[in-house]
Amino acid sequence: MLSNLTPQLFFGQMLIGLINGSFYAMLSMGLAIIFGLMNVVNFAHGVQYMLGAFVAWLLLNMLGINYWGALVIAPIVVACLGLVMERLVLKPLQNLDHLYSLLATYSVALIVEGIVRQQYGSTGLPYQLPISGGINLGFMFMPWYRLWVVVFSLVTCLGTWLLIEHTKLGAYLRAANENPAIVESFGINVPRMVTLTYAFGVGLAALSGVLAAPIYQVSPSMGSSIMIVIFAVVVIGGMGSIIGAVATGYLLGLAEALTKVFYPQGANMVIFVVMILALVLRPRGIFTSSEAAR
Amino acid sequence: MTRWPMLLALLAVALVAPTVVYPVLLMTVLSFIVFACSFNLLLGYAGLLCFGHAMFFGGAAYVTGWFLKTTGASIEIGILVGGLSAAALGLLVGLVAVKRSGIQFAMITFAISQFVYFVLLQAPFTGGEDGLQRIPRTALLGVVDVSKSGSLYYVVLGFTVLAVLFFYRVVHSPFGEILKAIRDNEARVESLGFRPERFKLIAFVISAGMAGVAGGLKAVAFQIATLTDVSWTVSGEVILMTLLGGLGTLAGPMVGAVIIIGLNDFLSQFGEWSLISQGVIMLVVIIFLRRGVVGEIDAFLRRKKVAPAR
Repeated sequence: MLSNLTPQLFFGQMLIGLINGSFYAMLSMGLAIIFGLMNVVNFAHGVQYMLGAFVAWLLLNMLGINYWGALVIAPIVVACLGLVMERLVLKPLQNLDHLYSLLATYSVALIVEGIVRQQYGSTGLPYQLPISGGINLGFMFMPWYRLWVVVFSLVTCLGTWLLIEHTKLGAYLRAANENPAIVESFGINVPRMVTLTYAFGVGLAALSGVLAAPIYQVSPSMGSSIMIVIFAVVVIGGMGSIIGAVATGYLLGLAEALTKVFYPQGANMVIFVVMILALVLRPRGIFTSSEAAR
Repeated sequence: MTRWPMLLALLAVALVAPTVVYPVLLMTVLSFIVFACSFNLLLGYAGLLCFGHAMFFGGAAYVTGWFLKTTGASIEIGILVGGLSAAALGLLVGLVAVKRSGIQFAMITFAISQFVYFVLLQAPFTGGEDGLQRIPRTALLGVVDVSKSGSLYYVVLGFTVLAVLFFYRVVHSPFGEILKAIRDNEARVESLGFRPERFKLIAFVISAGMAGVAGGLKAVAFQIATLTDVSWTVSGEVILMTLLGGLGTLAGPMVGAVIIIGLNDFLSQFGEWSLISQGVIMLVVIIFLRRGVVGEIDAFLRRKKVAPAR
């Protein structure tokens, strides 16, 4: 099998890995942000990603709004839905065991995916590439759109990280994560911040969904299938560590691609194998400091 | 105890039920009762949310089916082999997972169950997407013919009654008391000289094994084992049954299993509505009815009892 390993095949797979990794990174970053502040494992993250893609598809096919418009509008629409969901579903549960909020977001995921499936069927809907063509790099062909996705997601991850680690707003967020009562006593409206953070995380998921629409088809199950991987990514990267989530996301995307080249049957299992190894060797997560876990 | 007459009445209903209801549907209900009870042992008594319990249920269904097909052993051996294989898998998963608690435990079990799903998808003996078909209903103890659903039903019922008695014993044993204590205050149990992790691991293995028995029952009832039984929707379904019926009550998971399987059967003709309704029910239960149906009835009866005394 290795004899027919051409550079085109190899780099082609690595590009796919990088693309998948970009989505893993963006989604697990959103999950980590939400978990960091609210201690909520947002099981609905997958369907919010799917909704982003779906809203983009609806905007194009109902209102004629193109990809670039959707890239702005869809995340805002889905973030507003997230806002409502936080107020109606998560807020009543915030003082209970965190397992309840996990299960509540799971039920929302079931409902949303079911409704979309009921309305649009379970087959994928195509979404046209907004930028066609590409560039021949000599060793491989790089479509412009894929380059755009990789760059855009890197910039988004870096920007979000800077926002949280190096701005005043981010400092409030991190402080509220440590001790909400004290932050509130400084006159900061913590509940509103929590709601907006959730909406921000949801918006990020929807943004990834719009980015993904032209690459993967727009289908109701796109969210739940990526969610399965994201959970493993977050377990490996350590809950609530943004940089850990992003780095693990990219690395696992590439690891998956490498496996696809050398051992195709194992491609959809490699991430879980890595996860189990990580759990056995570093039971508290790779990127978490030892006292932060648990 | 005042509950015994009720239980006997229930058993009487179960004995005549196949004359009224399609036996395969009843067997589904019974196997899910065992499954939900096994899940309840973990979440209700040990406070561990396993979000991948379908790996034990569906995995054992494959093992039972494969074992009966290749060896032709008697049916109860096949079901027990399924249970044992699930317990073995439970030991492996438990060793990795019980070090974490709460949300992390849920996410880890979820991810591992997906791993098991992909392994079963590609394993040579599972038949891939088609599933393992034509599982034989071999004779009970090698002599009694149970190939007809009407008679197999009583085998499944027998297993279910034994399983429920077993859960009752486990929950009311010193072991069960320690589990409950770990759920309520792990640090204190540890300070008393017990090792919480070891107890949680044992509970996990028991729960996995019983989920496996449930999977074995389902495999012989349907004569097919499929990937659906290993999927996360089934893991979610068993959570829903337990929550809806009432966490940490013996009757809760049974009530939940009856309601959800009944609902699924009724809604199966309406496409996606069964999943949507499951989501809605779970949301309502989590926000308004956290004690579950049985828990709420219990609380209501207790209030009634207390009221005149005041």
